[in-house]
Amino acid sequence: MAAFDPVAGLLGGVLIGLASVMLMVLTGRIAGISGIVAGVVSSSRGERSWRLAFLAGLVGAPLIIGVLGGSFEPPPMPSNWGLIVVSGLLVGFGSRLGGGCTSGHGVCGIARLSRRSIVATGLFMAAAMIVVAIMRHGMGG
Amino acid sequence: MRAIASFFCGLVFGCGLLISGMTEPPIVLGFLDVLGHWNPTLAFVMGGALVVSAVGFAFARRQPAPVFAERFDWPTQGKIDAALVVGSILFGIGWGLVGLCPGPAIENLATPSTELIVFVLAMIAGMGLYGWRQTRLPSAEGREPAIASDG
Repeated sequence: MAAFDPVAGLLGGVLIGLASVMLMVLTGRIAGISGIVAGVVSSSRGERSWRLAFLAGLVGAPLIIGVLGGSFEPPPMPSNWGLIVVSGLLVGFGSRLGGGCTSGHGVCGIARLSRRSIVATGLFMAAAMIVVAIMRHGMGG
Repeated sequence: MRAIASFFCGLVFGCGLLISGMTEPPIVLGFLDVLGHWNPTLAFVMGGALVVSAVGFAFARRQPAPVFAERFDWPTQGKIDAALVVGSILFGIGWGLVGLCPGPAIENLATPSTELIVFVLAMIAGMGLYGWRQTRLPSAEGREPAIASDG
């Protein structure tokens, strides 16, 4: 069972907030990861480079933490390929249809007090909690 | 310069996700598992991120322009529509199934497993499906750029 760590959570959260503010102040863009990823494929060349650079930084972060003595392992994933594919498709399609994900709506949007983002975050959290409740406590349990 | 700044922001964002445990699906699923042994870590992550970004965005709004761009690209949509509702619910279902959202999924590519690569490819395919759907919609909604949104 993964441990509850409020200090690490707060510290990490502060860094996420800091990065979102810096991206806005420096480049004028919202740090919404689903939008950044989608834009790599669909936007013009000028819009593509900063997006790729941001994602490269995201993938590079574990290396920095590794140099500082931290550890980083592949995440535990379900062994059911169908579940993995369906989950990925829903995360990709749903985040674009809904205009954002945990970062764009959940952090940047709520910080702007956007009504859209507050509604979106409430809905995706409730949906995810119901899915977890069914998967862990509903089926045969 | 803009790309270098953006890379640095990605790095800090990634360190935040990593330190807070948000790259680990068990910790995320632990938060979503309200009927089980609930792990409130994610609430602390969001709390920390929201305080800093609310204050920082208020500061940003007083600046005439970003340092390395001509103007701020704040989201302008205000309407709560069916797309927002349906999309958010679909996203939530997908998030609850595995415990990965786009940021942690991409960051975890640093130590990829076949399962993770399949997840990320499916996620990109889902985004592509949305883009394809947008180009086929004849309505005004369909003519909106697929990336100009909340995030």
